[in-house]
Amino acid sequence: MTPLYRITGLTKEYNGRRVLDLPALEIQSGELLALVGPSGAGKSTLLRLLNFLELPSRGDISFKDSTYNSGKQPPLDVRRTITTVFQRPALLKRSVFDNIAYGLRLRRHHAIREAITDILGRVGLNDLAPHPARTLSGGEAQRVALARALCLQPEVLLLDEPTANLDPYNINLIEDIIQRHRAETNATVVLVTHNTFQARRLADRVGLMLNGSLVELTGRDEFFESPRDARTRAFIAGEMIY
Amino acid sequence: MSGELAEIIALSLRVTGLALLISSLIGIPLGAIAGLKRFIGRRLLMALLYTGMGFPPVVIGLFVYLLLSRNGWLSFMPADVLPKLFTPSAMVLAQTIISLPLVAGFTAAAVLGVDPSLRLQVRALGASESQAAWAVLNEARMGVLVAVIAGFGSIISEVGAVMMVGGNIAGHTRLLTTAIVLETSKGNFDLALALGGVLLGLSFLANLAMLALQGKSLDE
Repeated sequence: MTPLYRITGLTKEYNGRRVLDLPALEIQSGELLALVGPSGAGKSTLLRLLNFLELPSRGDISFKDSTYNSGKQPPLDVRRTITTVFQRPALLKRSVFDNIAYGLRLRRHHAIREAITDILGRVGLNDLAPHPARTLSGGEAQRVALARALCLQPEVLLLDEPTANLDPYNINLIEDIIQRHRAETNATVVLVTHNTFQARRLADRVGLMLNGSLVELTGRDEFFESPRDARTRAFIAGEMIY
Repeated sequence: MSGELAEIIALSLRVTGLALLISSLIGIPLGAIAGLKRFIGRRLLMALLYTGMGFPPVVIGLFVYLLLSRNGWLSFMPADVLPKLFTPSAMVLAQTIISLPLVAGFTAAAVLGVDPSLRLQVRALGASESQAAWAVLNEARMGVLVAVIAGFGSIISEVGAVMMVGGNIAGHTRLLTTAIVLETSKGNFDLALALGGVLLGLSFLANLAMLALQGKSLDE
């Protein structure tokens, strides 16, 4: 099977400091890949590169049939097949409706109202459409962020700690929404999380990132039941790793 | 006086309105670029803008006077290209220079005050660079409006520069502010106070109109 993403020799540096170094990584179409690891491991940087929001310092990212690198950015219509939900949603100072409509309007969607009614129902926020987004609670804001991403029907959904700092009710709700969306659309999902339990619940494959490198990447059961690397074992056990 | 007063009010609004329009057309994009883009000289540009925000108008009047006078710094240029001294055009130029740093500086500050991750997040939703920049500018709209209001406030009440480059010529370059100075110097305090009241009223109405343009933003 041809991978959706094929990464080769990828590095990312900020001010001469290397924060990501991935010799090779493939992401298959339709899978849910969870990346776990401590803060500063390069997980969020990798998501920004996968969304082509930033360019790599070196190396190639092949997406579908094209290869992109520091000298070649994907066209906007390719980038619009991918979207990210961030840990801390930055919502526009407008209504919930307008926030969700933003991406649809960029794409000149022909049935915005219907799409928003549908997605608000899915995330359980039907009544909040006219409300100002700044009045939402943390859990509601994150569900709006998820809704504005899902209504775009992305081929690739990148989730950067989407349930960090949320209560168990909202965590369950968001995990359910992600799983239902996957089942309905077969979207490829890359989930960055500190929460190993969440990775275990949702992922097909799990990778541990540490200091900008991928320590281990295997199937979910193998990752949690018989990890090969000592650092993976330590991370799963909740120990401090460097 | 009523005909003359109407003429003074009309000229004041015309000169200030035109200067504000020009400074907004240049200052808002300039401020947005200063707030959004990383480029060599950005810090210097910001320092210049912030310095310009506190620049004494009378010095700008002197500067414009020296630029436009017959033997001034721009005397090598064809005379028909430049505004002439003691005309409304010269006053517009002076007021534009006074208000431009305020509009640009406050716009830059407003843009810098927007959540830095918003731009990245709207790009993740499919916005191009320019669409993302517009989204940030739109988020900063209250700050941009304050920038325009600050620019307006700095020139509607300004007297030194317009007196210097306009000359306060009756029926030609006399504005509300210069008329107030003239009537005060003549001891016509009642008239000067009345003109001051008109100036305050106009300023209040103009600000109300600008706030109305913001629609519901203040209520959200």
